[in-house]
Amino acid sequence: MQPLSNIESLLYFIPELLLVIFAIAVILVDLGVKNRESATVAYLSLVGVGCVFAAVLITHAQLGDKTAVSLFLGMIRLDTFSTFFKILLLLATAATILFSLRSEELDARLKGEYYALLLAISLGMFLMASSTNLLMIFISLETVSLTSYILAGFLTHNPRSSEAAFKYITFGAVASGTMLFGLSFLFGMTGTGDLGQISTRLTELLAAGEVYSLAVLIAIIFVLAGVGYKIASVPFHMWSPDVYEGAPIPITAFLSVASKSAGFALFIRFFYSGFSSAEVMQSVDWTLMLAIVSALTMTVGNLAALPQQNVKRLLAYSSIAHGGYLLMGGVLLTSEGIGAILFYLVVYLFMNLGAFYVVVLIANEEGSEMVDGYRGLASRAPLVAGAMAIFLFSLTGIPPFAGFFGKWLLFAAVLEQGYYWLAFVGLLNSVVSLYYYARIVKAMYLEDSDEETTQSSFSTGTFALLSVFVIPTILIGFLNIFYTLSNISVSVIPMQ
Amino acid sequence: MTLQHYLVISAILFTLGIFAVLTRRNAISILMGIELILNSCNLNFAAFSRFMTPPEDISGQIIAIFGIVLAAAEAAVFLAIILAIYREFGSIRPNEVDTLKG
Repeated sequence: MQPLSNIESLLYFIPELLLVIFAIAVILVDLGVKNRESATVAYLSLVGVGCVFAAVLITHAQLGDKTAVSLFLGMIRLDTFSTFFKILLLLATAATILFSLRSEELDARLKGEYYALLLAISLGMFLMASSTNLLMIFISLETVSLTSYILAGFLTHNPRSSEAAFKYITFGAVASGTMLFGLSFLFGMTGTGDLGQISTRLTELLAAGEVYSLAVLIAIIFVLAGVGYKIASVPFHMWSPDVYEGAPIPITAFLSVASKSAGFALFIRFFYSGFSSAEVMQSVDWTLMLAIVSALTMTVGNLAALPQQNVKRLLAYSSIAHGGYLLMGGVLLTSEGIGAILFYLVVYLFMNLGAFYVVVLIANEEGSEMVDGYRGLASRAPLVAGAMAIFLFSLTGIPPFAGFFGKWLLFAAVLEQGYYWLAFVGLLNSVVSLYYYARIVKAMYLEDSDEETTQSSFSTGTFALLSVFVIPTILIGFLNIFYTLSNISVSVIPMQ
Repeated sequence: MTLQHYLVISAILFTLGIFAVLTRRNAISILMGIELILNSCNLNFAAFSRFMTPPEDISGQIIAIFGIVLAAAEAAVFLAIILAIYREFGSIRPNEVDTLKG
């Protein structure tokens, strides 16, 4: 496949260009808006997300019967896989904009910057999902990271938010520096930055005995530091509880869903197009290492979530655990494994964003993020409590909710490849996770609020948005989309 | 100077950077450690580009230039966050910025 030149590529690059245009437009329009309370810029960025969504679909249709095109002299690649992630990321961005509109934490004076940064971070994530060159991988990762540091610290005059940003950048900068160090050795060993060429060169070099397999493994481990920090896998997960607790709730929701999805896109593309040829696998067995990381990630996430009293922090640990479940699929070199990851990411998007939306609502209502604030919610706001219960049960993986089907596909793929111990660890972890999710449900349904019980009033818009998350959480499992998703994944796995 | 010399220097720089991040008790020193890490990577790319690829292929040096730009962007954001930390906590010592735990 011949990469297109820079000018020819622009035709396939319209969604990203539109994101840039709208990010700039948001800043300019914000300058003209006199009333600080008006939500003009938020609606403008929603329109932007809508336009980009249409552009993504049109650009993908332009592919025609080609499976993929390589753009900008091989820097990024447009295929079904990247289009899938772009759609997923746009959904998360749109949801975050809607949450931010309803959240009362954010400073009204800084709206322009906030929404412009949200669009910029989507741009970085688009590139993360499609880069096929070491340089592009690093630039896109840094674009996303730098923007998320700023967004995490966006609550000025809130010490927790500043602290979150500080911990995030200290950890993130070291992790991405370590990753760049690993990338430099991959570049040195193969003399090229292109993932496809790295794969062929490594295969030749390992067969000829010209590079040590240990050197390749060490380079991979260094790169894993950067990717692992994005998807919050052990041992690079330490930042995530503090950042999730301190950041504004819409940003926490965004980081836990979009940032993780983009991280998985990068992870899958990097490992599957660069390091999955039979020769490389024979001498550098990175799958076993990932299996151990996956088992540790879910165990640490779930055990640490048990004593948490702050719901945001609890959901942070739960999202670490979910990263572990997702990694299980990445261990297998099959399209079923990746298909299961993609399916779980879709499910996770709806159930986790839904849960965070309820956290936004309760924080507005009660001014509290603690489990105690959820006491007696079932009598005050039965619909909200019911929705939260559905999200939490789905996160646990209880049938008939979508989370169950997602986990089932992951476990089935793992068992098929003979990783029995990994499936067993995953299963034990699901049981453990029931304890802390059920604690919130218990507070909502079985405990009474200390204060006078007043009926909470939520607007119709709130319920409409809530049902956008509830309905997929119930129904996705019954849709037969898994087959399509595992077909999508074929576009990243090179033919062997 | 052979490739090994450059690689040894960059490995030392990288280790010093990690060491600074882990042991320093001042946010600015941590930033300096991070810069060391990024510069060791740039040195690596430039050295590999000189010794391992044909002379007309300068992609490694291009990556190093991008690395410098990204390091500058990171330093800008880091300093802004240090400023925010100083306003809220009156200190830039990481062990005094410790309200989120558990």
